[in-house]
Amino acid sequence: MNWTWFHRLGSPPHIYRLAQQLTPWFAWPAAALILTALYGGLVLAPPDYQQGDGFRIIYMHAPAAWMSLMVYTTMAVAAAVALIWRMKVAHAVAASCAPIGASFTFAALVTGSLWGEPMWGTWWEWDPRLTSELILLFLYLGYMGLRGAIEDPQRADRTSAVLAVVGIVNVPIIHYSVTWWNSLHQAPSVMRLGKPQLSLPMLWPLLVMLLGFTLYFVAVLLVRLRGEILLRERSASWIREVVGT
Amino acid sequence: MREFFDMGGYAAFLWPSYAVTLGVAVINVIWARRSLARAMAAARRRLAAGADS
Repeated sequence: MNWTWFHRLGSPPHIYRLAQQLTPWFAWPAAALILTALYGGLVLAPPDYQQGDGFRIIYMHAPAAWMSLMVYTTMAVAAAVALIWRMKVAHAVAASCAPIGASFTFAALVTGSLWGEPMWGTWWEWDPRLTSELILLFLYLGYMGLRGAIEDPQRADRTSAVLAVVGIVNVPIIHYSVTWWNSLHQAPSVMRLGKPQLSLPMLWPLLVMLLGFTLYFVAVLLVRLRGEILLRERSASWIREVVGT
Repeated sequence: MREFFDMGGYAAFLWPSYAVTLGVAVINVIWARRSLARAMAAARRRLAAGADS
């Protein structure tokens, strides 16, 4: 088997250039999909028979929550790859994920709170889903704090990677919390086995929004990744080319 | 139009949730570009320092 592609994945100049070239291919479709989904969710989708127009918070809350988990999973997988194969680029990916994931976890908690107050009559409850999502925010913040506290970049990479990998245990807990325990939070309406619980006019804007945010994540990640790669490359001659001096 | 912005009485909860999530999305683009610009500036400084010595 030819492993050239795998070695090229570990090559910083190759990844740097690839990231630069790929960014617009993710950014523009992401913007188009999110705008389409906003129109679909706010204008075309009918009001819910129980929650009226209030259900439309789902088009922001679900993508934010999806980002919080998907970004963490990406971060943990990248950290594991970096630890196992000592791949510098994978450390750069993991480090790029953290601020994106943390900010969307914050958005998921805030939008959840804004949805909880009118529907459940409370802004916050120490419920399994809500509590485990809050722990996710602390994991992200802990990861970033740990990186910031260690001066040597290589040690910061390795130590924070261990935290990222160990923290992955929280991801299935968040996802299954509504099934395992008696939760105030509703059960999954899309990410479930069998048929989704939303009708098509309500469902398609949500799916388009989830896809849009996923592409958006890749675009933002690719921009951050280039910066992280530059920070890790001390005296490579290709840097002179890309920073233009 | 007024009816649209009123969102069946949920405006006070719905619009802030859109503002927060889309705001976070916009801020992430700004942060990412800024962190890349900072890394490029640092790389330029390192190259300049290396060239001088």
